[in-house]
Amino acid sequence: MKKFLSGNEAFAEGIRLARPEVISAYPITPQTIVVERLSEMVEDGSLTAEYVHVESEHSALSCAIGASAAGARAFTATSSQGLLYMAECLYYAAGGRFPIVMMNADRSTALPWNIYGDQRDSLSQLDSGWIQAYAENAQEALDLALMSYRIAEDKRVSTPFMANLDGFVLTHTYETVDIPTREQADSFLPPYETDNRIDFENPRNMAFSAGPDTNYIFKFKEHEGVLAAREVIAETEAAFAETFGRLYTGLTESYLTDDADYIIVTLGSIAGLCRETADKLRKNGVKAGVVRIRYMRPFPNEEIADILRNAKAYAVLEKDVSFGNEGTVFTNVNSALKKAGVEVRGSNYIGGLGGRNISAADIEKIYTDIANGAHGVEFIGIGGGDNG
Amino acid sequence: MTEILWLGRGGQGAFTAAKLLGAAYTADGGRYALAFPSFGPERRGAPVRAFTKLDTKPVVDRSQTEHADFIVVLDDTLYSPSLRGLLKDSGRIIVNSKSAADGALTFDAEGIAAEHRLPTVNTVMLGLLVGLSGVVTAENAVEAIKGYMPQKIQERNIAALLRAAEEVSR
Repeated sequence: MKKFLSGNEAFAEGIRLARPEVISAYPITPQTIVVERLSEMVEDGSLTAEYVHVESEHSALSCAIGASAAGARAFTATSSQGLLYMAECLYYAAGGRFPIVMMNADRSTALPWNIYGDQRDSLSQLDSGWIQAYAENAQEALDLALMSYRIAEDKRVSTPFMANLDGFVLTHTYETVDIPTREQADSFLPPYETDNRIDFENPRNMAFSAGPDTNYIFKFKEHEGVLAAREVIAETEAAFAETFGRLYTGLTESYLTDDADYIIVTLGSIAGLCRETADKLRKNGVKAGVVRIRYMRPFPNEEIADILRNAKAYAVLEKDVSFGNEGTVFTNVNSALKKAGVEVRGSNYIGGLGGRNISAADIEKIYTDIANGAHGVEFIGIGGGDNG
Repeated sequence: MTEILWLGRGGQGAFTAAKLLGAAYTADGGRYALAFPSFGPERRGAPVRAFTKLDTKPVVDRSQTEHADFIVVLDDTLYSPSLRGLLKDSGRIIVNSKSAADGALTFDAEGIAAEHRLPTVNTVMLGLLVGLSGVVTAENAVEAIKGYMPQKIQERNIAALLRAAEEVSR
């Protein structure tokens, strides 16, 4: 059934179809609508779940961890300062190998206080051990919600999954979304079964300490789990395409990159405007391309190196900066190229911080700049008419 | 692409109108729309903007409209001739007002809303836009109200929308 929905509403529909048994909720702009819709679904009976109002984000994820440790499929959602407040629990969830799914509405972090979208919140947590996906539109958001549990709960992975939606630009924008049927969803996603749970018949040690003699083994296994997601994502997307007819392309999505001289690497909802700009430049004879990173963890090292290998220059456009260095996505992309022995000139464009608009003209200028030999780290707009 | 910029005050339902238009346009399939509010805290009475983008191919530009085909103003205290700067050359501005306004088409939308016992003019303004522009059919606009407004207010809003569309298509 097709409906005109916002990104938050579409994600809630996907979660409804995934049948979580426990939902812990603490509202924060711009995430609020997703937990509101889920509470309505529980109220009207279209979703059977334990809906738990908690007193903070730290408790929201703690509650999800407890539910997952009891063998339940658990969901929570957050954003920005909420994600940072629950940061301690992110590591508990990942280290405990609890396949919780969490939606994060990507939003700026304080100070200055700001509720608008950028990606500094989630990118600051890349090392927490979670799978991290970034949606471009509402349909992908719904589809990610459904796929996320199948990926996270796979025995090879057993890792929590963070699905990121750009605040407002995606969470609050309405578009047509195809909602799968209950039957389709149930055939795609079986109920959660795990041995990693509290079971009085088969007692086991969970969430324990591990000293220097064994700790590194757990951390190695955790690393292997996230790496294994790469293969499981591919398998899950193939099964998804078979059931629902929509095909996703793994850790990255490329557009006109095969023969491209100049490529923008980006993530999230700005990718569409990058593709449209590449189309426009192609008409003027500029071989422009776009690669959208769909997963930051596991990171698409091989894909990035293969896509950028024959380009003359690339730019990483991201809504994030690691102060004193550069954008974190840029760091990751450069590492991928270095490991593969690929030498291509790269530049970093920091844009959209605190929700600032990134226009088609901004993107066109990136292509022009890198074609003219630009390299380095640039904040889009700084030095323009309305600022210092 | 056809772009509509809606101007209103918090509580007037400008974004609801933007959303209804997108839902109406895409109802028959094969067409695409984005609808979004000016992002930020919602405050009753504060000026708000909303946007609808309509196209025959997927709309990927999620940035705010800079050159609209239509600007629909729900509260005439928000109208200023300088809004022309946000219009395409062929664009038109529709204002809810009892008096004439320089550079805009004005209609007494409040009068029509009052006839139908509606506290807001959003569906009246949508009806005026539908009648003037033909971007969607009145039938699809009615279907959108049925699909996306609470049932108890559907009938009055449908009547007001049809009355407004008729007002300008005569």
